[in-house]
Parts: sequence; structure tokens; C-alpha cells
Amino acid sequence: MSGAAAPLLSVHALTIAVPGPSGEEVPAVDAVSFDIGAGEIVALVGESGCGKTLTSLALVDLVPPPVRLISGDVFFAGRDVRALPAREKERLRGGGIGLVFQEPATALDPVRTIGRELAEVIERHRGLSRKAAAVEAERWLKRVSLPDPGRQRNAFPHQLSGGMRQRALLALALAGGPRLLVADEPTAALDVTVQAQVLGLLLALRDELSLAVLLVTHDLGVVAEVADRVLVMYAGEIVESAPVNELFARPRHPYTRALLGARPGSAPPDSARLSALRGAVPEPGRRPPGCSFEPRCGEAFGRCVAARPILVPAGAGTEAACFLLDRVPQVRVP
Amino acid sequence: MSASPPVPLLSVRDLHKTFASRAGPVTALHGVGFDLAAGSTLALVGESGSGKTTTARVVLRLATPDRGSVVFDGADWLGLPARELNRRRRDVGVVFQDPATSLDPRLTIGEIVAEPLAIHGIGARAERRARAAALVASVELPASALARLPRELSGGQRQRVAIARALATEPRLVVLDEPVSALDVSVRSQILNLLRDLQRGAPSRPAYLFIGHDLSVVRWIADRTAVMYMGRIVEEAPTPVLFASPRHPYTALLLASRPRETPGPRSLPRPVLTEPPSPVDPPPGCPFHPRCAFARPVCAQEMPALVSDPTESGRSVACHAPLGDD
Ligand SMILES: Nc1ncnc2c1ncn2[C@@H]1O[C@H](COP(=O)(O)OP(=O)(O)OP(=O)(O)O)[C@@H](O)[C@H]1O
Ligand SMILES: Nc1ncnc2c1ncn2[C@@H]1O[C@H](COP(=O)(O)OP(=O)(O)OP(=O)(O)O)[C@@H](O)[C@H]1O
Ligand code: SF4
Ligand SMILES: [Mg+2]
Ligand SMILES: [Mg+2]
Repeated sequence: MSGAAAPLLSVHALTIAVPGPSGEEVPAVDAVSFDIGAGEIVALVGESGCGKTLTSLALVDLVPPPVRLISGDVFFAGRDVRALPAREKERLRGGGIGLVFQEPATALDPVRTIGRELAEVIERHRGLSRKAAAVEAERWLKRVSLPDPGRQRNAFPHQLSGGMRQRALLALALAGGPRLLVADEPTAALDVTVQAQVLGLLLALRDELSLAVLLVTHDLGVVAEVADRVLVMYAGEIVESAPVNELFARPRHPYTRALLGARPGSAPPDSARLSALRGAVPEPGRRPPGCSFEPRCGEAFGRCVAARPILVPAGAGTEAACFLLDRVPQVRVP
Repeated sequence: MSASPPVPLLSVRDLHKTFASRAGPVTALHGVGFDLAAGSTLALVGESGSGKTTTARVVLRLATPDRGSVVFDGADWLGLPARELNRRRRDVGVVFQDPATSLDPRLTIGEIVAEPLAIHGIGARAERRARAAALVASVELPASALARLPRELSGGQRQRVAIARALATEPRLVVLDEPVSALDVSVRSQILNLLRDLQRGAPSRPAYLFIGHDLSVVRWIADRTAVMYMGRIVEEAPTPVLFASPRHPYTALLLASRPRETPGPRSLPRPVLTEPPSPVDPPPGCPFHPRCAFARPVCAQEMPALVSDPTESGRSVACHAPLGDD
């Protein structure tokens, strides 16, 4: 990467511990590293419990106790996030980095109108007067396609439908003028028609404002729709990183292949069975000593039980952590 | 088509249901009707609030419609007296979206699965226990699960328990309300395979009324699909026909809004949308007309009836200007 500009976000060897089965701390996120460039949409995917939410919370140093960020670095726009004084961190959240949390029900203030809450974010992060902020708030509500923003800005959260609430949250995350949006399952609760609209909005904002996005999602259809690059997480580790076309066309890791193969839409409509992935993600503290995926992997061989594969370059801008990748050249080169 | 089509297992006609809400009365069902053939699967799709769950609750007799009829297995289902209803409830099973809240947290898995058998007085205690064990095995859970509590299982395992329980009495109909929506793709495909295997392999060959919002799931599992919009069925057809050539503009919008299976340029234009109208204050005429790109003046005035498509047998559509007509 010599000569290239430093990425907007750079995460290095992030390790996050949670209380384990018998009280001791066990790693839930283990030495995770990745970069996001300006204007890049990066999807973070994986099954439930893989560590996606903890990873995204760590970007703004918000992992909730007793969970603990043990080690690793997060650099945003050249600044060491973990080393920032508390007040600077506050300003970063909602300022440089906009956040949409996984639990939308709890993210809006129930006793304030969405217009007022939005205006306060704008006053705080952009230093506008109260009046100018109110105008700007209405502009953002329009920007996220909330119908009738002039009236809806006076609505309380409970008066909005789920789709409207999600759009209000997006406005809230964007109004502070962030360069990076971290959105955790922002469309999981939405109808497909509203989902298409929210995804279209993200693409438009990326084009207009060069907004970078870390999009946490279970839904590979959403990934296909908007992502430039994909990080596949399994049991607290990134097991594959690839440009989106490469990931769907030539998945490197058996876990990625299993996720793609399990989509009902990937099966012919008249097929009798869907390909399924047996078992479940091992909990933190119960991960096998070798490759974490080995107990569920259909392609495992001797080495996978004993040793742990690390991410290595796997061609066409991809990286994957799987011993099969090492084996291929060994077979070819006598 | 043969001269006389087989009598459907479930026949729903003209269901109406209005709820009181703080904002005013909400008409959740506005003349819903469909047939479900024995051993087959009908999917109900449509956006949040379109009346899918309310329809299911009427069929389950958990809600009483203001008007309309349900004929199940030859009986006037809504008119059944309580005693007769209790006797026949065993013919209908149900699985809800959230396995965490639909299973009694104090009972073991074995007790949960055997409970419907006890309620209907099926078998002696030992037989019920043996049957519960067989059911748990049929949903591919280990026998050790029988002694465990719901909270000791994963979400996918709990959904298997809910399915085993729903099938315990060998029902002829199972209502599945978003049964895989809360599950990961990996677990989801296991459960979908299981549902299909059970429909084909179980002695009672149950019919499914399947409610879902993931269209790729519906496409895979359902023989027929009914699209709901604001308390009405606006299109109903064999699933492959509906997906290949939607005729109602709302069906077309739903299909065009689906995320793609693989990345690449979009072949369909990205849908431009407005917010769905308020259920308290539905628009006059066709309820979809304010969002419809094909609306004509008549659409704002008259509600189009759901009529069978003259050009294609087996499809019904409620639209003044169905796609592909001109
Ligand atoms: N407060 C906590 N205490 C103990 N364990 C926790 C806590 N928060 C998260 N974990 C564990 O850490 C792991 C990662 O959790 P995380 O919420 O990041 O998963 P996720 O990938 O976001 O899953 P989902 O898709 O379900 O949101 C899980 O095993 C989870 O049980
Ligand atoms: N018990 C109730 N009291 C008042 N209104 C209700 C009640 N049950 C449903 N409704 C209203 O009836 C309409 C239809 O609701 P229903 O739950 O049937 O929709 P749905 O299609 O299942 O939606 P979803 O996809 O969100 O589950 C909605 O406007 C809903 O708010
Ligand atoms: S390292 Fe081995 S067990 Fe792990 S994914 Fe690769 S083949 Fe499977
Ligand atoms: Mg999460
Ligand atoms: Mg519902």
C-alpha cells in the first residue's frame, strides 16, 4: 500500500473480552484488523454471536462493561481513538463517526420530538444557532425521505412507523456531518420496499459526500446490493476479506461458501433441499484450539484440528484464513 | 383443468376485521379470501401491517372477524361450538416468529412437546413420552434435549421444538407466522428443509399457511402465494407464475425491491416510493393508488375486485390496470 493515502479508519489487532462460562474473561473478538477508505462501503457479515456488534462498538470505544476492549488500535482520520480525552471521544461519536445502533427502539429519546433531537445533534456537532439547526434538521428529514418532514419533525418516536423511525435514526447519525457511518443492521426490521429506499439513500450519500460506511448485517442480499468490500467474521475473527464481486464469484473460505450456499435464493426454486450449515457458532471461551470453523467445516483435514490459520493474501485483493489456501500451491509446486 | 377441482382443506371468504386504536378504527382485514389445498403451502406476503397475522389469528380462532367465513375440513370453523372446537383444535398447529417467547420457560422440552397430546387426551402417559421423544428426533434434536429447558437451547433449536410441538397432534394444517425470520441464514435453511421434509414425510401431510416477508424463502417453500396490501389480497397465483410475471403493480414493486442475489448492475429500475398510507385513514378507491405508477383516474374512485385472470388460469388480481394488459 506504499504511496496510497492513509485509510480513513484503521483497526489493528482489536481484542475484546467478555465474561466467560465460569466468570473469567474470554476473547469474543480476537485480533481483528481492517481498514476503511473514504467513500468506501464495507459490509461486516457473519452469523449471530460472531462479534459484529462488539467490533463496531469498539470503533468509538463504546463496548459496554463488563465487556472490555483489551488491546488493539483504532485510528480514525489519523487520530488514535482510544487515546483521545473523554470530551474528544464524545465529539467523535455523532461528529466524525455517525452511529446507528442495532436496537432502534432504545436509540431515540421518547420525550423529545425527532426534529428537536436532531437539531440538538446539529447544534452540538456543527455549532449552528438554534434556529439554523432547526432548518437543517428539517432538511435532513427530507434527505432521508421521511414523508411530510415539515409535520413529522414534530412527531414523537412512538408516533412513527418502524420504517420512519429507522430513517429518523439515520438522519440523526448523519446530521453531525460524519465521514464514517457505522450502521448495525440498519434495515433488519424494515419491509423490503423501505429497505430498498434506505439502501438507495446510503449509496447516494456515499456518492455525494464521499461518506464511508461500515454496514453490519446478516443479509447477504443487502451486501450484494451496496457493499464495495466484505469482511466475513466467524467466532470473533475475520476469516475472509474480499471485494464484493470476488466474494460472491469466488469465495475463498469454506465458511463464506457455506453462508452463500445457504441462501434460499441461491437454490433453484424446484430444488428439494437447501444446502445447510450444521451446528452453531462456538461461544467465546468454548472455541476449538485449531481453526474455529473446523467442527462445522466440510473441507477440514488434519492440520485444521491442531493449528489456527491466519489471514493471508489469496489473490484479486482478497485475504482468507484457511489452510486449504496453503495447500493449493504445495500441490502445484512439486 | 379437470371438471371439478378438489375441495380445499381450508376455505376463507370475505374476512373483515376492524380494531379500535387511539388514532381511530383500523380496518385490518377488508374482505380477505383464499383457498388452501390439503398437503400444500400457501404463503401470505405483504408489508408490515397489511393484515397477515390477523388473518392467521382468525384461522386459529384466536381472533373473531366482524364478518366472513372459514370452512376447515368441511366444517363451518367459525361457527363451531366450543366443545366441538376444542375437540378439533388438534387438527391445526401453529409456530410463531419468536421461539423465545412462545415456549413456556418452566417446562422441559419433553413436556412442551407432549403437552398438546395431554390436552387432547391422546395416549397414556408413557405413550405420550415416547411420542415426544420421536417428535424431538424428527426435528433432528438430540434425545438429551428432552430434559432441558428452553433457555438452554439456541434460537434455532427452540424453533425446532416449536415445530415438534405444532406437529405433535398430527394436524392437517399448520400456521407458520414468520417461522424463520429471527434466524441466521444457516439455521434458516435447516428449518426450511425440515418443514419441507415434514410436509412430505409426516403421516398427516400437513398443509402450511406460511407467513413471511423474505421473498426468496417464500419462493422456495410455497406452492401458491397471496400478496396482501392494506387488509386485502391484491394478487394470488402459483408461486412460479407470480414471481415470473407479477400483474399487480404492488407485487411488481415488492419483487423489484428485493435485494439482489449477487452483485452487479441492476436490470430493474430502483423503485421510487412513498410512505404507505395511514391504516386509520385509507385512501379511497384502490388503496395502492397513491403509490402506484400506473394509476388511472378510476383507481382513485373504485376499489377493484379480486377477480380471476381471464388470460391465465389459477391467478387472481385486484387491479384496474394490471401489468401486461396493454
Ligand atoms: N455483555 C456481554 N456479556 C457477555 N457476553 C457478551 C456480551 N455482549 C456480547 N457477548 C458475547 O460476545 C459475542 C459477540 O457478540 P456480538 O453482539 O458482537 O455478536 P453479533 O455478531 O453482533 O451477533 P448478532 O448478529 O446476533 O447481533 C457473543 O457470543 C455474545 O454472546
Ligand atoms: N389487537 C390489535 N389492536 C389494534 N390494532 C391491531 C391489533 N392487531 C392488529 N392491529 C392492526 O391491524 C393491522 C394489521 O396488523 P397485522 O398484525 O395483521 O399485520 P401483519 O401483516 O402481520 O404485519 P407484520 O408484518 O408487521 O407482522 C395493523 O394496522 C395493526 O396495527
Ligand atoms: S482451515 Fe481447515 S477447518 Fe478451517 S476452514 Fe479451512 S479447511 Fe475448514
Ligand atoms: Mg449484533
Ligand atoms: Mg405479523
